[in-house]
Amino acid sequence: MNEIPPKEPLIETIIEPATQIDPNYNFAYLNEQTKKMIRRALLKAVAIPGYQVPFAGREMPMPYGWGTGGVQITASILTPDDVLKVIDQGADDTTNAVSIRKFFQRTAGIATTLNTAAATVIQTRHRIPEQKLQEGQILVYQVPIPEPLRFLEPRETETRKMHAFEDYGLMHVKLYEDISQHGHIATTYAYPVMVENHYVMDPSPIPKFDNPKMNNNPALQLFGAGREKRIYAIPPYTKVVSLDFEDHPFEIQAWDQPCEICGAEDSFLDEVIMDDQGTRMFVCSDSDYCQSRSEVQS
Amino acid sequence: MNQPLFSVTNLSKKFGKTIACDDISFDLWPGEILGIVGESGSGKTTLLRSIAGLIKPDQATISYQGKNNKLLNIDQMDEPKLRHLQRTEWAFVHQHPRDGLRMNVSAGANIGERLMANGWRHYDDIRKEAIKWLEAVEIDAKRIDDLPRTFSGGMQQRLQIARNLVTNPRLIFMDEPTGGLDVSVQARLLDLLRGLVRDLGLSAIIVTHDLAVARLLSNRLMVMKDGQVIEHGLTDQVLEDPQAAYSQLLVSSILQV
Amino acid sequence: MPILQIKNLHKKFTLHAQNGAVLNVLNGINLQVKAGEIAALCGPSGAGKSSLLKAIYGTYRIDDGDIKIKTTKQKTINIAKAEPRQIMNLRRDVIGYVSQFLRVIPRIGALDIVAEPAIMQGMSPDQAHSIALDLLDQLRIPQKLHNLSPLTFSGGEQQRVNIARAMAAPRPLMLFDEPTASLDPQNRQTVLELIAQLRDQGTAILGIFHDPADRNFLQARDIHLSAVKEPEHV
Repeated sequence: MNEIPPKEPLIETIIEPATQIDPNYNFAYLNEQTKKMIRRALLKAVAIPGYQVPFAGREMPMPYGWGTGGVQITASILTPDDVLKVIDQGADDTTNAVSIRKFFQRTAGIATTLNTAAATVIQTRHRIPEQKLQEGQILVYQVPIPEPLRFLEPRETETRKMHAFEDYGLMHVKLYEDISQHGHIATTYAYPVMVENHYVMDPSPIPKFDNPKMNNNPALQLFGAGREKRIYAIPPYTKVVSLDFEDHPFEIQAWDQPCEICGAEDSFLDEVIMDDQGTRMFVCSDSDYCQSRSEVQS
Repeated sequence: MNQPLFSVTNLSKKFGKTIACDDISFDLWPGEILGIVGESGSGKTTLLRSIAGLIKPDQATISYQGKNNKLLNIDQMDEPKLRHLQRTEWAFVHQHPRDGLRMNVSAGANIGERLMANGWRHYDDIRKEAIKWLEAVEIDAKRIDDLPRTFSGGMQQRLQIARNLVTNPRLIFMDEPTGGLDVSVQARLLDLLRGLVRDLGLSAIIVTHDLAVARLLSNRLMVMKDGQVIEHGLTDQVLEDPQAAYSQLLVSSILQV
Repeated sequence: MPILQIKNLHKKFTLHAQNGAVLNVLNGINLQVKAGEIAALCGPSGAGKSSLLKAIYGTYRIDDGDIKIKTTKQKTINIAKAEPRQIMNLRRDVIGYVSQFLRVIPRIGALDIVAEPAIMQGMSPDQAHSIALDLLDQLRIPQKLHNLSPLTFSGGEQQRVNIARAMAAPRPLMLFDEPTASLDPQNRQTVLELIAQLRDQGTAILGIFHDPADRNFLQARDIHLSAVKEPEHV
């Protein structure tokens, strides 16, 4: 890893300081009762790693699918001293990320940042930052479908029992089908994992490239599904194993070229179409990682 | 062995005011095939589902002599243990293959599921076992990656049987296994079932309304009517010397070819 | 001690479809058959000869009396009071029954059908098949039919398959219900010789043989059953 040593002055410059909170809102939008309720669900989720805890999800001022689950968790754990980072597919500058960041600037008045190391809370959609997370940081995932068994067993009454009894033959059926149809495990995102030797969990649609980062991570990882009203968690330093077969072991994606902007060989690359002639380039999906590497080089 | 493999005492089940099963008791000994016959609505399927642990009877004492001669109280067993039993030592063949198969995954995955649920994690081994069982139920191994919905009704039923037998169960429950099949397909399936039951030393409880099926497959018969067992005995006893008025009527209604 | 001993046997049929008409088929039968002996049931049609065989085999339930069978383990089992699974074991190891009709699953070949009872007794499939093959040859079932289902055979061929099936797994007590009824003279002679062979090996045999010549050849001891009474209305 090409890590940048965090320098105090640098960090100060990249944090956008706290602003005035909109007086029409309670701190971080949600009322205190709701936050308490969500925090209780979070505590339970942390106590039972990988287990889906139901919670009384609220209507948020944004449509489902835009991160209502993640936003409710973030709102419940933010303190006035937190520094928030929001990413969408790895980038800080996409619509979803910008809107959510603005939402909390307005309703919580907290400091925000684009820098992974400077953040205390990172809300994410579909990626885990390339830079290693530290103790004390919290990663909040937005989850569309929390139930990894749904694809093969639509009955929730049944999947809950399967989790409770560790009756997970079905999960491997899906991987078996991948191999029988494609010759290898073709699932590339939302790749199922087993948490602390018990619960099978959907890691949200992150690329399977990010799966190993969940294992033994010093940061606290929280998952919120707004539409389905489920919360689950991976406490710091928890064992997270990607499911596989002995003769078809889990593998992450690899590219035969480095990032064309920063030259990174160890990061997840996006394919970007440049023009109508079919020109394309491969660049880091994590914009902060790419940018900070480029700055160091120049 | 001097113990019944499976023993049911005082089983009752009501649906609202309707009595589906009224105080039924019987034993099944190792290697026996017990047929339960009766008309639609006689309670035979409810009885089968109750003793197989698919629904909970209102009252019953059910015991099963597990592997290593461990006597298990099925009626008091907690659900994880019961499910484990259901996917290892027991098997359940449904009347409609779509109730017992996963229609949206391949034949191979259907057979492999019980193996994977029991901890198999080697893809090639699972596949070899699936091929072995496809051949055992006379399905071309080339169809291993095809979805069950591309199979005929008889093939689907045979696939369901393969899916169930892959863990070498000791006790198999069958609900009208040949119902809805053409007569020629039925004969083939009966032959297959009888061979498997004999070669694997299985015990079985088979619900059917077809007395010809019962005659060919079972050693013993129970005749049910209105939730009660009105007659039981050896299959040829019940069919050739029926005692109860209803059994006599049932037997005399068999069509002769 | 005889292998089969029947005391005061009563059997009646209650016909519920005919207003509970009662048909007394067997009224106080007493008989016994020893090892190495052939006994022939005689009497007019309707005297209950076939019913008696079925009662001994356990197919007909018994209203009163005893049917005691000496088992291989030097014990006696009373069919009249036996559990179904005891009867199943008896049929596998002690009592053989050749009915007039062959009842088998479609699709199974004749050779496999003949070999099956021997395999059930624990014989290796290879040995059972070679014995089955030998019997089918003796009974003149052509080789080309061996792997076909006997359900497609003629009545005489079916009967010979049925006899072969019983002969492949001889048991200490054998019951025959008109084994020669639909056979040509040549096959009839073969069957009679096979039955005599069984007797010479020490089997107790009880059968129905209509033809006095058959009974003579077998040196059978005749047991007479009188005709049944008319149905009694209760």
